[in-house]
Amino acid sequence: MPSIGRDDVARLADLARIQLTDEEVDRLSGEFDAIMDAVASVSEVATADVPATSHPIPMTNVYREDVVTDTLTQEQALAAAPQAEDGRFAVPQILGEE
Amino acid sequence: MTSTDILRTSAASQAAALAAGEISSAELTAAHLDRIDAVDGDLHAFLHVSRDEALTTARDVDTRRAAGEELHPLAGVPVAVKDVVVTEGIPTTAASKILEGWVPPYDATLVEKLRAAGLPILGKTNMDEFAMGSSTENSAFGLTRNPWDRERIPGGSGGGSAAAVGAFEAPLAIGTDTGGSIRQPASVTGTVGVKPTYGSVSRYGLIAMASSLDQAGPVTRTVADAALLHELIAGHDARDSTSLTDPVGAYAAAAGRKDVKGLRIGVIEQLEGEAFAPEVSARFTESLSLLEQAGAEIVRVSCPNFGYALGAYYLIMPSEASSNLAKFDGMRFGLRVVPEESPTAESVMKATRGQGFGDEVKRRILLGTYALSAGYYDAYYGSAQKVRTLVQRDFASAFEKVDVLASPTAPTVAFRLGEKVDDPLAMYANDIATIPANLAGVPGISLPSGLAEDGLPAGIQFLAPARGDERLYQVGGALEALLEDSWGGPLLDRAPDLAGGADR
Amino acid sequence: MTTTTTELVDYDDATDRYDPVLGIEVHVELGTATKMFDGAPNIFAAEPNTAITPVSLGLPGSLPVVNGTAVEYAIRIGLALNCSIAETCRFARKQYFYPDLTKNFQTSQYDEPIAFDGWVDVELEDGEIVRVEIERAHMEEDAGKNTHVGGATGRIQGATHSLVDYNRAGVPLVEIVTRPIEGTGKRAPEVAAAYVRTLRDIFRTLDVSEARMERGNVRADVNVSLRPTPESPLGTRTETKNVNSFRAIDRTVHFEISRQAGILDAGGTVIQETRHFHEDTGSTSSGRVKSDAEDYRYFPEPDLVPVAPSREWVEEIRNALPELPAARRRRLLGEWGFSDLEMRDVQNAGALDLIEQTVAAGASAQSARKWWMGELARVAREQEVELEELTVTPAQIAELQGLVDGKKINDKIARKVLGSVLEGEGDPAAIVEAEGLAVVSDDSVLTAAVDQAIADNPDVVAKIQGGKVQAIGALIGPIMKATRGQADAGRVREIIMEKLGVQG
Ligand SMILES: [Mg+2]
Ligand SMILES: [Zn+2]
Repeated sequence: MPSIGRDDVARLADLARIQLTDEEVDRLSGEFDAIMDAVASVSEVATADVPATSHPIPMTNVYREDVVTDTLTQEQALAAAPQAEDGRFAVPQILGEE
Repeated sequence: MTSTDILRTSAASQAAALAAGEISSAELTAAHLDRIDAVDGDLHAFLHVSRDEALTTARDVDTRRAAGEELHPLAGVPVAVKDVVVTEGIPTTAASKILEGWVPPYDATLVEKLRAAGLPILGKTNMDEFAMGSSTENSAFGLTRNPWDRERIPGGSGGGSAAAVGAFEAPLAIGTDTGGSIRQPASVTGTVGVKPTYGSVSRYGLIAMASSLDQAGPVTRTVADAALLHELIAGHDARDSTSLTDPVGAYAAAAGRKDVKGLRIGVIEQLEGEAFAPEVSARFTESLSLLEQAGAEIVRVSCPNFGYALGAYYLIMPSEASSNLAKFDGMRFGLRVVPEESPTAESVMKATRGQGFGDEVKRRILLGTYALSAGYYDAYYGSAQKVRTLVQRDFASAFEKVDVLASPTAPTVAFRLGEKVDDPLAMYANDIATIPANLAGVPGISLPSGLAEDGLPAGIQFLAPARGDERLYQVGGALEALLEDSWGGPLLDRAPDLAGGADR
Repeated sequence: MTTTTTELVDYDDATDRYDPVLGIEVHVELGTATKMFDGAPNIFAAEPNTAITPVSLGLPGSLPVVNGTAVEYAIRIGLALNCSIAETCRFARKQYFYPDLTKNFQTSQYDEPIAFDGWVDVELEDGEIVRVEIERAHMEEDAGKNTHVGGATGRIQGATHSLVDYNRAGVPLVEIVTRPIEGTGKRAPEVAAAYVRTLRDIFRTLDVSEARMERGNVRADVNVSLRPTPESPLGTRTETKNVNSFRAIDRTVHFEISRQAGILDAGGTVIQETRHFHEDTGSTSSGRVKSDAEDYRYFPEPDLVPVAPSREWVEEIRNALPELPAARRRRLLGEWGFSDLEMRDVQNAGALDLIEQTVAAGASAQSARKWWMGELARVAREQEVELEELTVTPAQIAELQGLVDGKKINDKIARKVLGSVLEGEGDPAAIVEAEGLAVVSDDSVLTAAVDQAIADNPDVVAKIQGGKVQAIGALIGPIMKATRGQADAGRVREIIMEKLGVQG
């Protein structure tokens, strides 16, 4: 497996929307290879003939009836909002000034 | 019986005392709250104590009991709830700064059940942030100490629930187990913890770490108490698509059977030997001998793919966690950090997540993001899901030969605070014996096997086939009785007395 | 990049020299009572952030459960589009951060859509049929709605902040993706619009959505690319997002062809990007190019289990499908005996349903067509409303025609009666009765009127008797006047000829 460097960690942090300090990028890129090496052994036995399991207990077709349930009030919905306006969640500008 | 004496009894005994009118729920709950006041300043098992609410519930139960109302057998017995479980009106943080101060507008299904049955909720217990860790040192709000040795970890992620029960702050607690977070803390605190079959207890209202692995379960001081609490919180829930439709098993009856004649117990070859501390192994072997003397048959079985389980786990868990934790972005609830320079939704999300998440959470989110990213999915996430199939096959062939499997729960007794915080791989290795059950969805129990290195408790784990939780209670109840006979009482009787609290 | 300054190439010139290829993704909001994954009501207009539960708000701990009716609707759509229905398929998480997504992933389907490999025939205005191949139709959830504040235009550009309403978050969608649509040449814009109109009509017929474009129930992402010749490899495409009317779809394709031709003529390369259509200018502009947009880190949604519609269920749904618009058109064409041109006019006027209902109420097809495409179309134009909005029912038109056919009234009176019906004065027969408009065919009344006319017009009588039978009209005029237009003109003529002893 390719080695994971500072740039890779920075890119992943970007993708995951996590601001990292330089020190964090250093530390995490230092650990990453070792951790990935430790887990990479899975590919040794994961041959093409082995099916993947995504649910431990196989189930299918779990449906809900199309019936309205209790809803939150607007007050409940917005109670924890960092900022609200006009019954809506206020969020910072989505596009920055270019 | 004095209120101090009753604190040390099992939940079942406390329930009996309530039913007999020997004590009121208000008295019992107040006694536990007093105990929390006395010892938790130092132990820090609780992140939040819901004193008023607990007492209100207790008084309500007392009133209903006085009116002759038919009550749940555990009505009036207080319970502590891991802070990863959502509680309406009670702050819920998952031990993360990013959720500090969040008061959920709804209850987890299992909390609804606790409330409906009249169990006063004492508060929310400490844990590793978002249940990521094996020592409870990753809590954003400070660590929890082990009641047996306050310089040691209480296990994790559910160290708070285990410590609370072990220190007699609560007779019952709720934990969650994604890779061992109920069983490993139980092992290192001398308590009992059960990870039910995946889907036995609703996940609705558990703040998800890894959806396909998470399962809530009981944390108690006796096997019978675990069975009672499991029966209460289990059952089909239409709000959880992965919830089993099976009827709830007769766990308490199984725990009371105390008979293992003819039971075939498999010892997993891959989970013994050097990876386990000598005295931990010794207590394990002695426990098996007791069972054998009681008529059980001990068989050695091989689960060759268990060696890949840890790797698979540390791919699947962070992958799912990276996705489940994306919603914590400072837009709708919780912390919002606004950077000074040109705050945009994107930069606010980044700053919020950068400051709101602790190191281990960031580490796992990045690992998961990597494992799922274009070009790596097949090699990592895809391969891990295949290992899961292989681990399931190992279990299937083992359970053709035996009724339950056994191993030590954790490789060592409680390690020292700080000992492994800077070594993620060493920390991850704590879960070696507990992880296979989560990958395969099978149930597991941990109960004390005795005192090992440094006079600290060790645990023994039993695993059963999916939906075979009753077997765990049967073998667990039997072994507990045999061991307590040999010890002349519960192991926790040997724990240091914490009364008086901070004496450090 | 200087794409904005590209010179547009004249459309005819562009399509003479380049071969356009289309790809269209249509999102349709299903008209279920509740959302895709929770019981919040699926309603269009409500107070902001009230049509939500912890699930559609993405609160920590909440879990999705699939709406079975939405699955049924998706299967209906798949079958109507001649698709295969998956034996088993799954939901997946499509991960990207955006404030209108409550979980920062969209629960969608990735490599396992519920329906795939279909086609639909699209009829253009002149009757040409274009077959569009469907690659897939998959289920997913809608996002919330952002309102941008502080900018001059209400657009995202220049806004100081945005306000989010999550009422729409989680509304069930089916996304239908075409294979590349080739060979349309100059008619590409028309094909694109007609395709979406065809789907819209199908959704309505299937009763799976109100399919109101103006409400955003149906939204199209329009992909356009150019290549020098039909034999050349596909060119780079642009995707214009969320185009919300048939006319806008037509204009989008038109504009993109001219724009891309300009780039290619100048030796440039078209950038693969998303674009936005602007109603005011009829042009498209570049959307934001997001560096990480393509790495969605899809993985199977671990909170949901596979959807495996049984073949019995699929056949049950297939058998219950209503007659689809194209089949119905074919059937009615046969039943009614209209010419192709008449049929197309009827369709373009939106009169198909009205005529069918009028016929069902007893009128002949031609007379029904005559009313709806003639007098009623004229009134609708005058009132500037759609035919179906006129205050007259097909049953009333059939009744009116019945009065004409039964010679109760003549055409002229019939138009007058229709005027009264449109005024809300009641049903045709009742109006005729109340206002005494029935044709006078009573011979005694008519004979008296004829006698009077003969007496009043001796010169005309002389002409007739002299052999100029056509002069009879000069007698009929005064008779009609005397009977307020209600005389049966044919009978009057007969009586005159009888009286004057002439042969017709
Ligand atoms: Mg699209
Ligand atoms: Zn879509």
